Amino acid sequence: MEKDIKYYAKVHSIESFGTVDGPGIRFVLFLQGCNLKCKYCHNRDTWDIHLGEFKSLDEIFNKVLRYKNYIYPNGGVTVTGGEPLLQFEFLIEFFKRLKNENIHTCIDTSGIVTINDKIEELIDLTDLFLLDIKHINPQKCKELVGFSNEKELNFARYLSDKGKKMWIRQVIIPGITDDEEDLLKLKEFVSSLKTVEKIEVLPYHQMGKYKWKELGYNYELENVREATEEDIDRVKKVLFCNEKSCK
Amino acid sequence: MNFEEWQSFKGGDWKEEINVRDFIQHNYTPYEGNDEFLAEPTDKTKKLWEKVLQLYQKEKEAKGGVLDIDTKTPSTVDAFEAGYIDKELEEIVGLQTDKPLKRAIMPFGGIRIVEKSCEEYGREVDPEIDKIFHTIRKTHNDGVFDVYTSDIRKARSNKLLTGLPDGYGRGRIIGDYRRVALYGVDALIEDKKQQQEELDVDNFTAEVIEKREQISEQIKALNSLKSMASKYGFDISKPAANAKEAIQWLYFGYLGAIKDQNGAAMSLGRTSSFLDIYIERDLKNGVLTEEKAQELMDHFVMKLRMVRFLRTAEYNELFSGDPIWVTESIGGMGVDGRTLVTKNSYRILHTLTNLGPAPEPNMTILWSTRLPQGFKEFVTGLSIKTSAIQYENDDLMRVSLGDDYGIACCVSPMKIGKQMQFFGARANLAKTLLYAINGGKDEVTGKQVTPMYESIKSEYLDYEEVMQKYDQMMDYVAKTYIKALNAIHYMHDKYSYEALEMALHDKDIVQTMACGIAGLSVAADSLSAIKYAKVKVIRDESGLAVDYEVEGDFPKYGNDDDRVDKIAVDIVKRFIKKLRKYPTYKNSKHTLSILTITSNVVYGKATGNTPDGRKAGEPFGPGANPLHGRDVEGALAVMNSIAKLPFDSAEDGISYTFSITPGTLGKTEKDKITNLVNMLDGYFSQTGHHINVNVFDRELLVDAMEHPEKYPQLTIRVSGYAVKFTSLTREQQLDVINRTIHERI
Repeated sequence: MEKDIKYYAKVHSIESFGTVDGPGIRFVLFLQGCNLKCKYCHNRDTWDIHLGEFKSLDEIFNKVLRYKNYIYPNGGVTVTGGEPLLQFEFLIEFFKRLKNENIHTCIDTSGIVTINDKIEELIDLTDLFLLDIKHINPQKCKELVGFSNEKELNFARYLSDKGKKMWIRQVIIPGITDDEEDLLKLKEFVSSLKTVEKIEVLPYHQMGKYKWKELGYNYELENVREATEEDIDRVKKVLFCNEKSCK
Repeated sequence: MNFEEWQSFKGGDWKEEINVRDFIQHNYTPYEGNDEFLAEPTDKTKKLWEKVLQLYQKEKEAKGGVLDIDTKTPSTVDAFEAGYIDKELEEIVGLQTDKPLKRAIMPFGGIRIVEKSCEEYGREVDPEIDKIFHTIRKTHNDGVFDVYTSDIRKARSNKLLTGLPDGYGRGRIIGDYRRVALYGVDALIEDKKQQQEELDVDNFTAEVIEKREQISEQIKALNSLKSMASKYGFDISKPAANAKEAIQWLYFGYLGAIKDQNGAAMSLGRTSSFLDIYIERDLKNGVLTEEKAQELMDHFVMKLRMVRFLRTAEYNELFSGDPIWVTESIGGMGVDGRTLVTKNSYRILHTLTNLGPAPEPNMTILWSTRLPQGFKEFVTGLSIKTSAIQYENDDLMRVSLGDDYGIACCVSPMKIGKQMQFFGARANLAKTLLYAINGGKDEVTGKQVTPMYESIKSEYLDYEEVMQKYDQMMDYVAKTYIKALNAIHYMHDKYSYEALEMALHDKDIVQTMACGIAGLSVAADSLSAIKYAKVKVIRDESGLAVDYEVEGDFPKYGNDDDRVDKIAVDIVKRFIKKLRKYPTYKNSKHTLSILTITSNVVYGKATGNTPDGRKAGEPFGPGANPLHGRDVEGALAVMNSIAKLPFDSAEDGISYTFSITPGTLGKTEKDKITNLVNMLDGYFSQTGHHINVNVFDRELLVDAMEHPEKYPQLTIRVSGYAVKFTSLTREQQLDVINRTIHERI
């Protein structure tokens, strides 16, 4: 059935009590479909746009309203996926309604999209971006996720210029994203942005591996180990410390 | 009345009549600060607690986990000589028997259960006692079985009605133990004598005679209480003169009750802010320090952690471990808008830090969205650390119960000293549904349990037809259930009257008939499957429906989906309406709880395949929880579903057990606390009634299951009360682990 993409979203799942994707208690909408092919993806089941379920704007919006009591103090709605920006038409309508209700809006994205008028409109309606920098090195980025990082770095600069708040996320994959030189470059890039509120260093884990296998795909990072606390501490030192102190 | 012990207390009605609430309102000091004032345990506390831990260890190693039994002395308020852990170290004294952790026999409820318990722990009841209770003195249990009808017996033995208090003490009565401290026992006896006089009337009916007899028993019990205290060297005929005495007097009141009764739940009430008044006075007068005040509370709580009853292994299987439900209700708001949180609310909770986490006393926070922020953060922080706290909605209960109620057992609210309940365990409404389909035949045994109704013959279940038959069967169950409870409570009053606990009540009190439901989520999902999917019946050769095949998907309870949540609401409303049709003992008010504690495992075991696809023997969801694995939209969706269940149809409480891994609650310690506070505020403003909060990793529990020795104090909350995880049966442990622990990959 053809659905009006302004009023219907392709949904993977909903989590009513999200606490790790943005501030406070979040209603987290997982959208179906992704343009990247991240080898470490822990939501492999969100890639294929043909999977998932159509849900109407009314249904999703009314669901959010049922959680107002919980999210009003300091939480809100986070849209993740998949790549949420692929469904920008829906998100514009959705966020318009949320802003009418004074609900905090947040998008978790790779930023690997072309910024057009519509995306600009959506950015206006979004209070916070969780921007997952896939890899600061363009070549390594392409290898890891199938695309160069040019668009996402542009996206970050655009947000910065527009004064949009963002949290930078970096998944630490041992031997792949934790090279000190790369991290220093990342640090340099992030410090050139004016609106970064937070840098989140996320340890790579293999809890999503089973999803690849279930879907019949080969998991390429089979032999890459999970990031340990020591890995994270080391990365944090590089990212947050200078000669004098740590921030 | 006037006593020198009341010096500097502000006056009010409480000086003219027994009225503890009025005393509190005139004299307490609300506290809106944080936990910085709290003191560490003293050396004395550490030494004493070390001794208690050693006793625990010895108890654990003893046969069946029972250290010792006095098989000779039927327990009464004053039956034993004084007992101590270490007299030099104990600030607060008093044990149930003459030795710590030594259990007493309480044969007035039933001699058989006493014999059975003794046997299981390798002991034998003294022959003389045995003879008396078999041939001379009738028990509650005897009385009940003298009058039980065959329909009650069948419903009972086929597990349609389960856990009925017909062989053990009913409990769930809270004496107002504060009265002992505030007025002293003599004033209470005087008051009771006055009541006797009021009952010297011309229309000398059975009702009047019964009441006069009960008051006589109450007076005797109060005299016994004085005598018991005097064995410890205290004269409690006068009011308590200072904080230490107030705690000691109050504890003697409670101790008398637990020497007198082996009740299913022996709750403490709402005592900490009352005691704060005495502590504040002593602090102000410079005769007490914060360290000493905390020491008193630590020692008091140690005593509450040592309460033991002699119970059968079967009972423990039903309710897990050694539950006493020494429930203490903490916090809440006054009707005048002031918070009832005091510094002593903090102190009693701080025992979880000073002595480490423990299931008893059952720390229960009366939560209001208007509680001081500092207190909200303090208790949620403790929750995250200890998993030993439950929360109940003060904003919801204050409407009908005022601001001096307490929780009995897990979720049952009652006005302290002004209300009691006739505890009624629960009816299995999932099994009732299967009986509706099978015309009253048991799906496991094939026996005709109820009168013969027409069974359903069709290949696919039709919603309308099932509902009509379910309604009919519910009616039958309600009728049989009330008959059973009337018999039980008539006999309990007659043969095992709680004289001391009732002596700490007003003369005229509210009485409720507290019925209960098990299997709500299974029944709701089953009906949803029948309505929204296709359910095919599998019958055996005799035509008995023994299994079901579900074709297609259906909405499941626990996802904030009105289609099925409304069915759950309907079941609750329908069942209380049915119950209300049948008159109760003493015209008590019908109430209902949705609470299973850990018996959801046993109920599930006794229930066959259900139309929602649950397999025979699998546990039900505990209390009002969804069946595990059925909720897919996260914790708040579950809360929204449960919050739809109407409190005015289930005034005896609606229990929700919530478990979450620490990482899922938030990234930093501060985030976790903020999120939990906001979650509780949200749930309760959504009119949720009760929530247990467990914060732990699945891995930790699996490890604790394999290596119990590493986790002697690991406490978790299961449907209304906390328990030591390692004291659960393996089956119950697996149930806890598989039950929705919310985590997100």
